[in-house]
Amino acid sequence: MSDATAPFVPAASVRRSSARGESVGVRIALIAVSLVFLLLFLALPLASVFVEAGAKGWEAYRAAITEPDAQAAIRLTLLVAAIAVPFNIVVGIAAAWAIAKFEFRGKNLLISLIDLPFSVSPVISGLVFVLLFGAQGYFGPWLQAHDIKIIFALPALILATIFVTFPFVARELIPHMQSLGTADEEAALTLGASPWRVFFRVTLPNVKWSLFYGVLLCNARAMGEFGAVAVVSGKIRGLTNTMPLHIEILYNEYMGAAAFAVASLLAGLALVTLVLKTFLEWRFGDEIAASRRH
Amino acid sequence: MSVAVTIETIEKRFENFPALRGVSLDIQPGELVALLGPSGSGKTTLLRLIAGLEQADRGRVLFGDTDTHDLSLRERRIGFVFQHYALFKTMNVADNIAFGPRSRPHRERASESEIRKRVSELLELVQLQGLEKRYPSQLSGGQRQRVALARALAIEPRVLLLDEPFGALDARVRKDLRGWLRELHGRTGHTTVFVTHDQEEALELADRVAILNDGRIEQVGSADDVYDHPATPFVCEFLGEANKLPVKVVGSQAFFGDRPVLGGITQNQGGAASLYVRPQHLRIVDETPLALPGTVEHLRRNGPLRRAEVAVEGLKKRLDVDLASQVAPAIGERVRLRITHGNLFAAA
Repeated sequence: MSDATAPFVPAASVRRSSARGESVGVRIALIAVSLVFLLLFLALPLASVFVEAGAKGWEAYRAAITEPDAQAAIRLTLLVAAIAVPFNIVVGIAAAWAIAKFEFRGKNLLISLIDLPFSVSPVISGLVFVLLFGAQGYFGPWLQAHDIKIIFALPALILATIFVTFPFVARELIPHMQSLGTADEEAALTLGASPWRVFFRVTLPNVKWSLFYGVLLCNARAMGEFGAVAVVSGKIRGLTNTMPLHIEILYNEYMGAAAFAVASLLAGLALVTLVLKTFLEWRFGDEIAASRRH
Repeated sequence: MSVAVTIETIEKRFENFPALRGVSLDIQPGELVALLGPSGSGKTTLLRLIAGLEQADRGRVLFGDTDTHDLSLRERRIGFVFQHYALFKTMNVADNIAFGPRSRPHRERASESEIRKRVSELLELVQLQGLEKRYPSQLSGGQRQRVALARALAIEPRVLLLDEPFGALDARVRKDLRGWLRELHGRTGHTTVFVTHDQEEALELADRVAILNDGRIEQVGSADDVYDHPATPFVCEFLGEANKLPVKVVGSQAFFGDRPVLGGITQNQGGAASLYVRPQHLRIVDETPLALPGTVEHLRRNGPLRRAEVAVEGLKKRLDVDLASQVAPAIGERVRLRITHGNLFAAA
């Protein structure tokens, strides 16, 4: 009450920088804290990867990444991502569609289940596949009898990667699709469009930017996943080693420069993803904003 | 092209909520009909049922002689304008309008040049020439509304359905578009049904107004019919304003307390009744045999209208009285009111 009746105080006497009222000092402090944190915990380690990678010169770097085991690891990583990411795109879109456009029993349960891979440790994500398909697992004897190898082979790597990276696409799409509602689809249907045409000409274009972000994140994680993949891979050099696993082995064998050389490649992929995302946001910013508005 | 729409005893429930309970309505070919009602009255559900976006639990919707139950959305050929237009954000105006014609199955699809010609005709019809390349986010509300209408007309609909067509627009644009839509309907002659909660809009635009309340149609009729001869107390109160007086009918006279207030009643309905009187049907008069004494308690001005609130003994709510321009009562003044016209409904 006393505030409301107090005489008007000239703004200059209080040194406020904005209507929200935080002072200049607080603002500088907040910005400084975030910058120092980013520098210490992100920029510095990332820079050290590239510095270490180049420490022994260009020849050593080239040798480390052209060595057959490293080449095999790179190929395997790309192959796993090339299968896991498209799979998660299709399933992620289907799940997001079901959740955003329909009302059904168990919808909340489905939403929680989609988050499950985020909330369990990747090691557990790997272990469940060993439990299911390993030699002592539920399907182990049957698989052995039919000479199908899943654990310590490519199928397990793909399964573990799909499991761990599943939420990315769905999580990006669900809130966006929910906010869009179903009026656009209904409009397209009354105009005589077939369900496929509605999907490819209306629904998908409406969410293309969310989908794209989801795919970028999904891809980055698919290539970088360590824990779940480590459990199911068996780490057979040249056969079941992905890039992150290969880096760990090199590092454990005191081949620091080689480890960092391969690590720089992986970090480079992440940086490319980031740059691509920033570029697209800059180039198509208006369109992205428009697609999120109603 | 236009067809008659016949709605036969439609019932529709959502979960445990009955949205429509036995609605029937006949719409003539080329007629412009308004579905008017408060929110929750079922008017939008009825519109979506005609469109085929909802399925009725019971009853049927006929286009001409065809039961629409067996028709797909494409076969129904409905032009539906959504409340928030639902324009395709990733397509420009021309592509939005061309979406319907391009969605036809291959063998009945017009050639691309014909479609483009049709689009420019429609743009001319809705007065948006030159905006083909704009995206919906670059248009004003009124322009979006007209693009949505052009897009709906592009499929040569048999019935045009509009959900709160002016709901999202500001008052000025709304007035302009209203006149324009009326004129457009005159030119194209589509059977048109629109939903609104704005009685002024419904009365001004529509050939006939169907007033919905609580999942039922209370009355269907022309603007004059429903306004001057409301069939139910709800219609009387919903359309415009009305003062409500509890009266007793004896013979041809209605009594408020023991005072006769209205004569010449021909409807034979003796006993307790409610008398609804619009503010413009109360007049301040000098002595007359049928008059209601009261005290002016408040004076208001609402645009061109001057309004007095008059307290009457034995009535909790003050009566709203429209004042003729030369009458100028003072607050606290005792006046006599004569009822020039009223609607009587037997007390429930």
